[in-house]
Amino acid sequence: MKNREETYEIMDVCLLAGKIMLRSGAETYRVEDTMQRIASALGIEQSHSYVTPTAILFSAEDRKPETTRLARISERTTDLKKVVLVNDVSRRISNGIIDLDEARRQLREIETSQLMFSFWLQVLAAALASGCFVIMFQGGWYDFLPAFIAGGAGYYSVILFHRLIPVKFFAEFLGSVIIGVVSYLFIIFHLGVELDKIIIGAVMPLVPGLLLTNAVRDLMAGHLVSGISKGAEAFLTAFAIGSGIAVVLSFL
Amino acid sequence: MSYVEQLVTSFIASAAFGVIFNAPKESLVKCGLSGMFGWMVYFTLTDYGFGPVLGTLAASFLIAFISQIFAKQYKMPMIIFSVAGVIPLVPGGLAYDTMRNFVENDYNTGIALAVKASMISGAIAVGLIFSEVLNYLLRKSGSQPTKQ
Repeated sequence: MKNREETYEIMDVCLLAGKIMLRSGAETYRVEDTMQRIASALGIEQSHSYVTPTAILFSAEDRKPETTRLARISERTTDLKKVVLVNDVSRRISNGIIDLDEARRQLREIETSQLMFSFWLQVLAAALASGCFVIMFQGGWYDFLPAFIAGGAGYYSVILFHRLIPVKFFAEFLGSVIIGVVSYLFIIFHLGVELDKIIIGAVMPLVPGLLLTNAVRDLMAGHLVSGISKGAEAFLTAFAIGSGIAVVLSFL
Repeated sequence: MSYVEQLVTSFIASAAFGVIFNAPKESLVKCGLSGMFGWMVYFTLTDYGFGPVLGTLAASFLIAFISQIFAKQYKMPMIIFSVAGVIPLVPGGLAYDTMRNFVENDYNTGIALAVKASMISGAIAVGLIFSEVLNYLLRKSGSQPTKQ
């Protein structure tokens, strides 16, 4: 049996780990599992958690009255590196390699660190992926460069707009409008051949693949609320991309 | 020639998605590999006329299977490897065609394409789940070493 102070501190560490994971795009069951593992390794035998994409509820049951805490998640990105790092920390806690203070120090470090690939490298990757998708979707190599540039410009503008306007839907909408316009310009100047292939390749980096996969995994694991809300988020993104392209197409 | 082309581009595209999702540097090659194998299964099956739904199902099954092997081997969460690999299977082209038909007021074709796109999305999901269930059964029956 832990005293109240200790219970609070353990819950702090659990919530911190859960928060980082959820913000970085981990599946719901992994977040719950990680928090429960950390709690039981550090001495809270009974814990319950309820995780949705926007909030974590975590409750420790080892002494009366039970303590329950809430953490609000307002922004979610995709940062798989942080998921791996928190997973490692949780594994080390379970194996008894590190104690509470060391775990807290490491998690704080992960929370504040900037581990993303540099911005330009990401844009380059998006551009490269767009070009490759043209070939994968049976396009010709003559459309590789147009898709490369359109895809890079689209991804760049989505990130840029998202910094200016906090509404993700709008950023994605504007980004796909830009993709449509750039692709159309390539066709006008006879630098690209198939408009369809260029646009399809260029929008692929914006496609909500991670959300879609996680939504399905959450639903199957029984996290119905999380699964549905992630599915809704994926649908919103797909709708934003689709309507952005539709706006451009309707002017052709 | 076209197979070589597909191998190279699908590898690069999946690894590039690893960069976009900020997967750890050492796992980028494995992201590329899982995406490449999945896409080759899809491409071969559709090339032989099995249809995109079956192709997607088989491909996502294989991607999840490979990702589980990687996950066990390198002690990382499975999504690191599967997410980048699944992206090429997402029916972006069909979704685009759907939108295009809607904009051109051809609603019947649009709805038909939309249903096809949702069939393929469903196939991705079912493939991933089948693979997970298989992995669960294998682990349970003890024919594989216990999970870390």
